[in-house]
Amino acid sequence: MATDGPLVLGIESSCDETGVSFVRGTTLLADAVASSVQEHARFGGVVPEVASRAHLEAMIPTIERACADAGSRLSDVDAVAVTSGPGLAGALMVGVAAAKAVAWALGKPLYGVNHLCAHVCADVLDHGPLPEPTVALLVSGGHTNLLLVRDIADDVQSLGATVDDAAGEAFDKVARLLGLPYPGGPSIDQAAAQGDPRAIAFPRGLTARKDLERHRFDFSFSGLKTAVVRWVQERERAGEPIPVADVAASFNEAVADVLTRKAIDACREHGIHDLQIGGGVTANSRLRELAEQRCADAGISLRVPRVRLCTDNGAMVAALGAQIVARGHAPSSFALPADSSMPVELVQAR
Amino acid sequence: MSHVLLAIDTATSAVTAAVHDGTRVLASESVPDARRHAETLTPTIDSVMAHAGLSPRDLDAVAVGVGPGPFTGLRVGIVTATTLGLALGIPVHAVCSLDAIAHEIASRGEHGEFLVATDARRKEVYWARYTVRAGGVARLGDPAVSTPAALDPAVRALPTAGRGPLLYPADFGVVVPVTDVDAGALAGLVVHRLEHGGELLPPTPLYLRQPDAQPSAAQKSVLS
Ligand SMILES: Nc1ncnc2c1ncn2[C@@H]1O[C@H](COP(=O)(O)OP(=O)(O)O)[C@@H](O)[C@H]1O
Ligand SMILES: [Mg+2]
Repeated sequence: MATDGPLVLGIESSCDETGVSFVRGTTLLADAVASSVQEHARFGGVVPEVASRAHLEAMIPTIERACADAGSRLSDVDAVAVTSGPGLAGALMVGVAAAKAVAWALGKPLYGVNHLCAHVCADVLDHGPLPEPTVALLVSGGHTNLLLVRDIADDVQSLGATVDDAAGEAFDKVARLLGLPYPGGPSIDQAAAQGDPRAIAFPRGLTARKDLERHRFDFSFSGLKTAVVRWVQERERAGEPIPVADVAASFNEAVADVLTRKAIDACREHGIHDLQIGGGVTANSRLRELAEQRCADAGISLRVPRVRLCTDNGAMVAALGAQIVARGHAPSSFALPADSSMPVELVQAR
Repeated sequence: MSHVLLAIDTATSAVTAAVHDGTRVLASESVPDARRHAETLTPTIDSVMAHAGLSPRDLDAVAVGVGPGPFTGLRVGIVTATTLGLALGIPVHAVCSLDAIAHEIASRGEHGEFLVATDARRKEVYWARYTVRAGGVARLGDPAVSTPAALDPAVRALPTAGRGPLLYPADFGVVVPVTDVDAGALAGLVVHRLEHGGELLPPTPLYLRQPDAQPSAAQKSVLS
C-alpha cells in the first residue's frame, strides 16, 4: 500500500454517477461509484432532477463504502478534491456541498477541480505520471475535446471540441433510432461487432478541406447523425429491412475514424509523441483498436486507462487533486461555486 | 450540561446558520440569496462558528430543515448536514422548515391560527396551517404545495407568514412579518423537541413534487 504523499478524498457528481474515492499519490485505494443510469433509461437521456435526487440519496452510503474499501476513516484524509464543473448545476452542487462539509469539519484543504481535466488525469492511476506534454482526447456523453496538456495541474490548452453533439451523445441518439437500448454506446459497440464497417459510407464531420482551416481540431457529429437517420428512413420508405449491424458498424467506424484521425493530426502538428485518451466513449472497442493501430503507425505512444477509469468516478478527481496538492497550489475557498460551464483550461477553481 | 447544536436551513430564500448551546442562540446569520446556496452555506457556517468562538469538534449535533423548498437549494442544506454528521460522528436532527417559521412566530407570543406559505416557484406556494396552544405550536396537517388560489378561502384569509403573501398579496390575509427560515429559531425548535418530544424527521427532503421528467436533449427527435 502506498504510504507516500497526502491521502486525497475525491468526490464526483457532475452527471449521473456519484463517485467517492481515496487516492495517495498515483495509487488508487478505493473507488466507490453509485450510478442512476437505470433511472434515466426510460427517458433516453439523463434527467437532471432525477440525477440530483439520486446524488443526494447516494452520497453518504457511497462515502461510507469508499471508507470501508480503503480501510480508512474520513478523519485520515489530508485533502478533499471535488468536481466543481463542468456538468449539471444541481448535480454538481450536491458533491460540492458534501466536499465542503468534509473539508470544513476536518479542517482540511478543499480543491475544486475540472471534470474534463480529471478525465485526462485518471490514467495516472493505471500508468503513472502523464508524459508531458501530451495530446489528450476526451470523449464522453457530454464532451468531446482535444487538449494539449503541458502540465495537468497547471497548463491545459484546448485545441478543439465538438461544435454540436458530443461523441457519446451521438452513440446514444443513433442507438435509439436503431431501437437499441440506452445507453447507446455499449449497444452500438455490440451490434457493430456483427456488421461491416464499410457497408455504408457515412460522412466524417469537419474533415473537408474547407473546414480544415477553422475547424482542423474540432468535431461535428450532428451531420453524421442526420445522415444515419436519412439512410434508415429511405430504407424504411422502400419497405426494406434495416441491416442494424451494418448501420451500427458503419456509424461506429465514422466516429472512431474522425476521432483518431484528428487526435493524431494534433500530435503531428505540435510535435508530440504521446496521446492520452479518456472519457466513457473510450470503452468503444473499435475506437481503441483504431487508436492503437494508427498510433503505432505514426510512432505515437498511446495511453488508455481501464474502462472503469474512463467513465465518471471519484478516482480521477482524487488523482487530479493529488497532482494539484503535490504542486503546492493554494486550496479553493469555501465559497467555491458549482460552475456548470467551467472552461476546460481552468484546471482548478478558486 | 451544554449541548452544542449547529442549525442550518436552505429551504427558503435565506441561507441561514446558527449555533445553539441548549439554552440560547450563541450566534446566527442569514444571507438573503436564493440562488447561491452551494456557495454561501459553508462560509456562513464558518462565520457563525467563529462568532461563537467554537470549532467543528465542539459540535454535539446538527439540525437541518428538510423543506419543503426549491429542490436545488434544499439539497445543499441537507447534504451539508448529513456529511457534517458523518465527518464529525454526531447525530443529524431534521424538521419541516415551515415548522421553524411557525416556531419563531409562536415564540413572539402570537396566538390563534395562522398560515405559513413560502415560495415554491411556478406560481405555487408550499404551505401549512398552525395553531398556537399551551406549550407550543402545532401544525394542522401535512405541508402541501399548490397555487394560492387553490387554498380554501378561509385558510388563505388567516394571518400568513413566509414569502407567499409578499409574492401574491391579493390571495392572502394579513402579513405576518416572518419571511424566511431563521436558523436560530430552527435550533430552538429542535432543542424544544429533543427536550419535550415532538416530530424529528430523517434528513431526507420533503419534495412534495415528482421530478420533472423533462426528456433531455436525447429524447427529442433524433433529428433535432
Ligand atoms: N462501448 C462504448 N462505445 C461507445 N460509447 C460508449 C461505450 N460505452 C459507453 N459509451 C458512452 O459513453 C457515455 C458515458 O460516458 P461518461 O464519461 O460517463 O459521460 P459523461 O460524463 O459525459 O456523462 C455515454 O454516452 C455512452 O453511450
Ligand atoms: Mg464524464
